[in-house]
Formats: sequence, structure tokens, C-alpha cells
Amino acid sequence: MSDTQVSRYEADELGFFGEDWGGRFMPEALVAALDELTDAWRDAMADPEFVAAFEKICREYAGAPSLLYHAERLSAQVGARVLLKREDLNHTGAHKIRNVLGQALLTQRMGKPRVIAETGAGQHGVASATAAAYFGLDCTVYMGAVDTRRQALNVARMHLLGAKVIPVESGSATLKDAINEALRDWVASVDQTAYLFGTAAGPHPFPSMVRDFTRGIGDEARQQCLDQYGVLPDAIAACVGGGSNAIGLFAAFLDDDSVEIHGFEPGGDGVETGRHAATIHAGDTGVLHGARTYVLQDEDGQTVESHSISAGLDYPGVGPQHAHLAAIGRATYAPVTDAQAMDALALLSRTEGIIPAIESAHAIHGGLEVARRLGAERGPDATVVINLSGRGDKDMGTAIEWFGLGDPDKVTAEPVGDPDTDPRAEDAEA
Amino acid sequence: MSTNPSTSTAFDTARAEGRAALVGYLPAGFPSVEGSVEAIKVMVDAGCDVIEIGMPYSDPVMDGPTIQAAAQQALEGGIRTTDLMRVVEAVAATGAPTVVMTYWNPVEHYGGSRRTGRSGVELFAADLASAGGAGLITPDLTPDAGGEWIAAADEHDLDKVFLVAPSSTPERIAMTTAACRGFVYATAVMGVTGARTTTSDLAAPLVARTRETTDLPVGVGLGVSNGDQAAEIASYADGVIVGSAFVRALLDHPDDLPGGLRALRALTEDLAAGVRRA
Ligand SMILES: Cc1ncc(COP(=O)(O)O)c(C=O)c1O
Repeated sequence: MSDTQVSRYEADELGFFGEDWGGRFMPEALVAALDELTDAWRDAMADPEFVAAFEKICREYAGAPSLLYHAERLSAQVGARVLLKREDLNHTGAHKIRNVLGQALLTQRMGKPRVIAETGAGQHGVASATAAAYFGLDCTVYMGAVDTRRQALNVARMHLLGAKVIPVESGSATLKDAINEALRDWVASVDQTAYLFGTAAGPHPFPSMVRDFTRGIGDEARQQCLDQYGVLPDAIAACVGGGSNAIGLFAAFLDDDSVEIHGFEPGGDGVETGRHAATIHAGDTGVLHGARTYVLQDEDGQTVESHSISAGLDYPGVGPQHAHLAAIGRATYAPVTDAQAMDALALLSRTEGIIPAIESAHAIHGGLEVARRLGAERGPDATVVINLSGRGDKDMGTAIEWFGLGDPDKVTAEPVGDPDTDPRAEDAEA
Repeated sequence: MSTNPSTSTAFDTARAEGRAALVGYLPAGFPSVEGSVEAIKVMVDAGCDVIEIGMPYSDPVMDGPTIQAAAQQALEGGIRTTDLMRVVEAVAATGAPTVVMTYWNPVEHYGGSRRTGRSGVELFAADLASAGGAGLITPDLTPDAGGEWIAAADEHDLDKVFLVAPSSTPERIAMTTAACRGFVYATAVMGVTGARTTTSDLAAPLVARTRETTDLPVGVGLGVSNGDQAAEIASYADGVIVGSAFVRALLDHPDDLPGGLRALRALTEDLAAGVRRA
């Protein structure tokens, strides 16, 4: 791998991927802090001691490397080899721990005593509160007021871990507004505070830095696939909200031209209904939260609300490196609906005994489609790596509602929620 | 090419009178499109030298609760960027130099840029100039990210007002002021918009650092709410920029525009006296 090959996919000095995507559209007041962060991150990544310290906590505290698991029963069903990257087994239950441990370690190195974070479903908030507890940092999490009500359990977790949680009432009172409020805090507190951004989006250097901290997913998976099967995968797949688990997987494979790269976006009720969060597939280019990327917006460039059953994917923007990879055709992005994701969630639960996060279930659905196609084209040795970015414990409330589970008066001998039927279709017939 | 007066002419006039200029901000469409025109005319009449018209935006990261509330009300009222241009036209007709303050994305998207295939930035600049607007203040666009806007503004002879902050390095201040036309906007505090009870001790040193790099007028904003604060800032700056306090005057009179306008007039007069007291 030569340097020029790597740099094809790297951002330039100003944070632009391929000239058009990313950059830093931010108030001047934050530029000094973003420059300081950029310098500290570059310096840290070039320091073997920092890199070793990061690898050590990922290994000893978070449980990396995560397993690459051959899902044999699923493989038999689709006629191709399906490998699951088990980020769901990480401490706190998702890939997000890698990013926060990296950023919190950097915060410590920069000598700042306080961290802030935004969160939607609460997963990044919980991860941030965890990292803050681990490093002894003061932690404040901004969370849309709508979400604090929807995700009371994660609010309780953050409190238990010692974080402050501030409900955000402005705008649509969801994730994008929590990001706005965290940025407002940061403008007024940059001296003492690091902003632990939760995904590979936002102004430079966040898209590149978050990718660097999550790229262990792909580095590990690539090596594991070579070690265990002696081949590179034919395709890799991940769900895309802001894009951190996806870019963390993709980064290691960008220069492997034989490897197809697939991102799956939240299709909500269906892209044609307008109620979705399929930003690349159906959005328009624009600037949101400091980066030029794809954005769900109206004719005037006002951000519109996104919709997804998965709170972690419910974001009207997307990381700029994904926008770039889509534009140059190195990766493809397709929508997966709520119903398809919930079917995949039930399927994985029944077939492999793994309850995935609803976010990850989008990748399962999309990845299995890819596996079916490749199996038909290339035979059963065709190999697809799907990133199982997180586990489903946090989503049981949604699953109970969707499948009609958990009602003590309705305990039946047969399991409810047959993965082959859409429960809404049943409702409609009843 | 526009022949609209640059904001610098208002600063020159104020300077000739031995005082600072009063720059007043209100979002378009707040409390309604017509209401915002009426309110801004009161501000001009009562002593504002330069008007900033805000374009309400869904994700205003530089704004505190007061301006957020006004912007949200305007958006809920259905404000469109085309309405902004109507407000600019009506206000510019008073003769007061009128600039627009907007987050960046609505500019890129102006005129349904995707549908027409024409750059929204170019079209925005053209329409702003023909509405009589003097230029643009861009709180989330710095000159190093603003090449397209700079080109369009130069083409249409519009003011480019970029911001400097207490955290700006000397190199960035020099880079920023070199790209400005009209005036330079110095943010007095590290923080978002919103009236504050005390003035910032970060502002005067920032103005001094800015002056070392440019002859353009320097306006100071963020936090000014009364005549005494205005007088203090006027002692070292060329312009005093007030936003949240004007918005607050209207917010405090919900469903009572005449009452709001009276409060607005009283506040403007207090501030206008302040900039003359220094
Ligand atoms: C398990 C899991 N996967 C994916 C995501 C989506 O984020 P990203 O696109 O940054 O990976 C989340 C966000 O909360 C998550 O919890």
C-alpha cells in the first residue's frame, strides 16, 4: 500500500474529502479549539505511546479485538459465508466505546478536565459517561427532551455513571438540537472542555479523528478474515447513521479494490413516504453541523426532521467521508426500512441466538441481501462481513411494542413475532 | 453591480460626528413578516445607523435562547428566504444600510439551487443586491471556507462581514480582516448571543488587536442590552451591535405589537444616546 493510494481517501489540510465534502463551516470562536484539537490528535496518533495506551484500554477495558463470527445457519440460508463482526460484545454494548475511549484519552493528554457530549438514543451518552468515569473527567451530556423521555433507562445509566444530563427543548428537541446545544456550551467553555463528538460527522477534524478511533473494527476484521479464511471478503456491510461504525469498518478496506463496500441507511417508513433518514440516498448536498455533506432539508436549506425506528440512526446529516465515498462510487448506500430491520432483528435472534441493536439490524438486512446475490454469482465461499455494531438490550422496549411481546396475559406456547411476517400487516388484517 | 451604500458609509458618518454607530439586529419574520418590517423601521427611526436582518435557521448554533425563540417563531410562521428579500427591500428603502445575517446553508440553497442547477450563492448575492441589501454577515462561514461567497460578493459589490473572536490568533485576525468589506464584527465574549448584565473585558483587547490589522470599522456585539453598556463599548469601538435585547423587547409583548414597538423605540433611544455619550 503506497502513500498515494492511502491519500486518495484522506481529507486535505482543511478537512475536505475530495475537494467537496467536509471542511469546517464553524463560528470563528471555535476555530482555535478545532485547530488545537487537530494538532493534538495528529501529534497523538504519531506518538507510539499514545497509540499503545489506546490499544491497551481497548483490549483490557473494552474487550477488543471483537470476535469475527461465522454465522453458519444464516450462511446456509443465504448461500454465502456470512461473518459477523461482534462489536455488540464490547463493553457498553456497541462500537461507540472505541471512539469515546480514544477521545477521552486525548482529552486527558490535552489536560482538559471536562467533557461534553450529545446523544440521541443515549448510547453515545452512556459511552461518554463511561469513559469520563474511567478517566475521572467531569461529564455533561446534552440530550433532546423528546429523547430523554423515550430513553429513560439510558438517562438513569448516565446518572449512575456520574454524568449530568441536560434535556434540550429547542428546535425539534432531538439529536440535531442536542448537537447544537453542545456546540453552544463548547463555544463558552473551550478552555476547559473537550467535545466528545459521537459520530464521524461534524467539522474537521471530527470525521477523520472519529474514524481513526473506530478503524480498529475494520483493521481487526480484515486480519481476522485473512487469518481464519485465507481470503479478503467479497463485500462488507454496515449501517450508517452519522457513520462511525461504518467508516470504522470501511477504512481498512478502501484500498482493496476487490471488496464491495455497502452502507445501509435508515429507510424509516419507506423513502417514498418522506418519513426516513436515508440522507445519502435521498438527501441533497448542504452544510450541517460544520461539514458539507448530504442533508435532509427543504427547498430553503432548513433542516427537516428525520424518521427512523432506530434512534441511533435518526439523524438528518451524515459523515462527509461517506458522502465522498458515495460520490466517487467507492461505496454504495441503500435504504433499509423499519420493517425490514425489525424482521432482520427477529431473524438473527432466532437463527443465531444474537439479539442485535436495531441500528445493526439494518446492516443485517442489507448485508444478507448482498450475501444472497454474491452467493448466487460466486458460490457458497463468497464472503460477506457485516458489522454487528451493537446489541439489542437497549431496544427491548421498541421490540416489545413492535412484535407485541412481553404482555404477561398473552404468554403463548408459540413465540410471537414470526420473522417472516410484518406485524403491521397482521394488524391490518385483524 | 449594486450601487447600494456600504455599511462603511454609516460608520464614516458616525465617526464624523465623533461617536460610534448603532447597529441593530432583528430576525426577518419575527413576530411576522410585516411585523418585522414595521419593527425595524421603528429601530431606524429611533436611531439605528445600520440594520442587520437575520434569516431564521433550523440549527442556529451561535444563538442563545432569546434569538432561538424568535427564529423558531418565524420558522413556525412559515418564513421563506424569499420573504427575507422582501424585508430587506422594505428596510433598505429607508436609506439605512441593511445587511443580512445568516447561517450558511440557506445561502447555498437559495432559489432551489438543485432544481435550477444554478449556484444558490450567486443568485443570493444577485437578489440581495437588487433588493438594496448592503451585504452579508456570516457567523458560521470563515473566509478560509468562504471562497464562493467572497467571489459572489465581489461580483455584486456587497459587504462581506466576517467575525473575529477573543480566541482568534493574530494570523487569523489578519486573514479575516483582509477578507472583510464594510466592517469587522468582533464577538465580545466567548459564547452565544444573549443579553448580559455586564460588559466583557475580552472585547477591548480584541478590538485593539483587530485595529492593528485593518482600517475598517470594528463593531462589537454579543451581550449589549442598555445605553450604559453601549456607551462603554462606544469608547473603544466604531460600532455597537445589539440583537437579543431588541428581540427581548418584542418577546416581552406577545400578541401586542404596538406595546412591543413602544418598548423597541425606548430601547433604541437609550442605546442611541449611549453611543453618543462615550
Ligand atoms: C449500535 C449502534 N450502531 C450504530 C449507531 C449509529 O451511529 P454511527 O452511524 O455513527 O455508527 C448507533 C448510534 O447510537 C448505535 O448505537
